[in-house]
Amino acid sequence: MGTGENLLERVQASLGAQALETGMAHGILVLQITAESLVPVAGRLKQEFGFDLFLDVTATDWPQRRPRFDVVYHFYSARDFVRVRLKTQVEETDPTVDTLVPLYGSARYMERECHEMYGIRFRGNDDLRPLLLYEGFVGHPLRKDYPKQREQPLVPYRDVKP
Amino acid sequence: MSATTPVPRQQKSAAFEYLTTRKDEFVGWARKFSLFPYPFVTACCAMEFMSVSSTLYDTDRFGAALPRFTPRQSDLLMVVGTVSHKQAPILRKVYEQMCEPKWVIAFGVCATSGGFYQNYAALPGIDKIIPVDLYIPGCPPRPEMVIDGIMKLQDKIAGERHPIINQDF
Repeated sequence: MGTGENLLERVQASLGAQALETGMAHGILVLQITAESLVPVAGRLKQEFGFDLFLDVTATDWPQRRPRFDVVYHFYSARDFVRVRLKTQVEETDPTVDTLVPLYGSARYMERECHEMYGIRFRGNDDLRPLLLYEGFVGHPLRKDYPKQREQPLVPYRDVKP
Repeated sequence: MSATTPVPRQQKSAAFEYLTTRKDEFVGWARKFSLFPYPFVTACCAMEFMSVSSTLYDTDRFGAALPRFTPRQSDLLMVVGTVSHKQAPILRKVYEQMCEPKWVIAFGVCATSGGFYQNYAALPGIDKIIPVDLYIPGCPPRPEMVIDGIMKLQDKIAGERHPIINQDF
């Protein structure tokens, strides 16, 4: 426990200058950063502080807010058992962040999923084909403005007699 | 080994030697006890399917136990679990590979209507893409319900017309 908390304090002291906002949430260090500083911050987390496991990337949709989306990253240190969360805001008109594939190879699939579900584009990831959805699916189903009942069947429905 | 003693013709007795019945009833009786299910198992209802087909409940008693893992050898398609839109072409192809006569059971509420998955991913009931003979609701259904469903399907088969040769043959 002790070393992990020390690590988070060191991370906060070292990277706090690059963050717009820092805080703790449920034992996770949260850093709010700009989209430009995402790759440098993630690189320092990995190389200086030993956050060797990339847990996930997802997004949060705030329909009333400008900028509309948060892109949320989680990193884990398998040596010190602590997590760091990075959050960056992107506009609906240009929802683009840089890819983390050069740092973490496992980001390739998670960025594909985030791309199909939220429409976030990852500059530098050359394979953003649908992963869980199928070719021809229109829209991004986890955005709040995707209609809940909208169906896009692959097989045409039968004419069911009443 | 005498040429003079004739071989006695088999005696006609009073035993049961022939019967008359209607063709549809006879074929239906035969077909309802030789259901070969193809389990199209996609989700958690599979646990209940295992339970109903193994020793304690034992659908073998109804002539409906031996699963065939190729649709070409089976005549009962049991769709067990949620079917997503991405999976729908596979289900459709499996159904089309089955030979006539064939029947379909929607096992569980997801296969029946989509259940609580009313969203972009799930098919709201397999009857949107293939015809279904029998729906077994429940999340998951109790084995008793499945057995009841199989018996109802057998009643349905027994009451159906069974054309041996039709214009498509």
